[in-house]
Amino acid sequence: MTALPAHWLDKDRRELRLKESAASDRIYELLTTACALVVPALVVSIAVAIFAAAWPAFAKLGLSIVTSSNWDVAGGHFGAAPAVFGTLVSSAVALVIATPLAIGVAIFLSEFSPVWLRQPVGFLVDLLAAIPSVVYGLWGIFVLIPLLREHVMPFLRDTLHLGATPFFSGPAYGPSMLAAGVILAIMALPYISAVSREVLMAVPRSQREAALALGATRWEMIRDAVIPYARSGIIGGIMLGLGRALGETMAVTMLIGNRPEISASLLAPGYTMASLIANEFSEATNDLHLSALMAVGAVLFIITLIVNAVARWLVWSVARSRAQ
Amino acid sequence: MLQSTEVSREKPPRLVTPMVQVRAPEPSASAEETKPCIVASHLSAFFGDTAAVKDVSISIPQKAVTAVIGPSGCGKSTLLRCFNRMHETVPRTRIEGSVEILGSSIYEEGTSPIAVRRHVGMVFQRPTPFPTMSIRSNVAAGLRVDSKSHAARGTTSEIVEEALQRAGLWAEVKDRLDESAMALSGGQQQRLCIARALATRPRVILLDEPTASLDPLSTQKVEELVYDLRKTVTVVIVTHNMQQAARVSDRTAFLLMGELIEFASTSELFTAPRDPRTESYITGRFG
Repeated sequence: MTALPAHWLDKDRRELRLKESAASDRIYELLTTACALVVPALVVSIAVAIFAAAWPAFAKLGLSIVTSSNWDVAGGHFGAAPAVFGTLVSSAVALVIATPLAIGVAIFLSEFSPVWLRQPVGFLVDLLAAIPSVVYGLWGIFVLIPLLREHVMPFLRDTLHLGATPFFSGPAYGPSMLAAGVILAIMALPYISAVSREVLMAVPRSQREAALALGATRWEMIRDAVIPYARSGIIGGIMLGLGRALGETMAVTMLIGNRPEISASLLAPGYTMASLIANEFSEATNDLHLSALMAVGAVLFIITLIVNAVARWLVWSVARSRAQ
Repeated sequence: MLQSTEVSREKPPRLVTPMVQVRAPEPSASAEETKPCIVASHLSAFFGDTAAVKDVSISIPQKAVTAVIGPSGCGKSTLLRCFNRMHETVPRTRIEGSVEILGSSIYEEGTSPIAVRRHVGMVFQRPTPFPTMSIRSNVAAGLRVDSKSHAARGTTSEIVEEALQRAGLWAEVKDRLDESAMALSGGQQQRLCIARALATRPRVILLDEPTASLDPLSTQKVEELVYDLRKTVTVVIVTHNMQQAARVSDRTAFLLMGELIEFASTSELFTAPRDPRTESYITGRFG
């Protein structure tokens, strides 16, 4: 090799540009790494800020923040149990209503809908996610609540005799856990439905054909081959919807009645953590009150983290059971 | 031979030379068995305006293996999919002409494709086990759908065992029926799919290039299985592989550009083809 004239090698080196391309890759790598680090840094800094601000309340009140029902600003009692209860129950009601509806929409769009109808209906469902939550709140106050109060609640309580159970007893004022659950269902629906539709459409044709070739009807094919294949993705979609419902503030605050009481009845008003914070933040006068609100925020943060972790675990375990 | 079953039987001879060699003709079948099972008359199948199968008339004998060969895109899979009405599951497809199975027209007004498919099983190119189901549930998947014949034939376990026995898979999976079907190898998965198709006791089994995605050893097992199935069921197998057709089939149909060029006994088609195009194909001059 030493026999080669040096300028030949220089020429080759220039043509090959080995150094240059490596340098540009390096810059690109640094840039994207920096972008990727911003996100965890943000999450950590938000968590630190919330927990630091919440610390005085946790130190003084301990677990009574989530176990006590006594929220008395003047007396210095900050028990947010009704808000924790309300957040969990309104989200659960939302999922119970939204999940079958959303999966029904997804199955229709992926399996039954004529091709020309797919786009418009899918677009309208996606549009539900684009409506601002304050608009949902207004619609809830002027349309949903009167409808629930005049027709749905009396029907559930009296006509179906569900009033005999604690879950639908008591007077129907309108603003209630049920109203909040229904509005959350409408808001969570597009998320669940969009994800489910994608995973259903991604089920390979070979799986559908395998079921059809066994003499399955279309419904049997969907039940036995398509939905089981897509189930981990559908669960992921439901968890996404749940995440949306847990943190939703504005529309719920406008519809839930904001009464800090734990009631078994869905017809009774309630409270959620998000609406508690939104209602009281601007009026928080002393440090403990502010810190208690931060503590409620921290609890909400933890609950959503847990939901996300459970969702990950569910999707992972379902996917694993399939891979084995 | 690595096959491990106790039943003694005549094995199909293996080919070592690349070009086609045909096993000795079978002992003559009884009159009942030579009756046609599938009769297609002037059958054409379309995707949109394109005809994939053109005016095919063929009479496929009962309880025998019929191979369909031809170059890629010649319409052999489409022809097969007309025999269990799977062709129409693809949008914008249609057929012309008629198909009779054991004397009943399957495209007649009022015939249910679902009922047809219960009598005409199908196995695809790639194994398609249901991934969330156990081995047992996979075999029983078609039974749940068809409960009437189910009750008449004993318990699900008995039917599952019988189907796995017939597919030559029982010995390998009998101790792990509740494991996921995805734990099986590709070849085992394909035999599982054959067992699944057999569990509903179809009169016909359609195999659409069943060994296309398998290794040679698994291919050999599936071929032996196909060879045995002909005693109890009518088999139509689409294959790219001429040696395979020669090894497993009694009769062979050669398709070219959607047309049926020649249909004869396998030995005749491979040793003395009547059509020059068949001869070109089997001697490897095109396709």
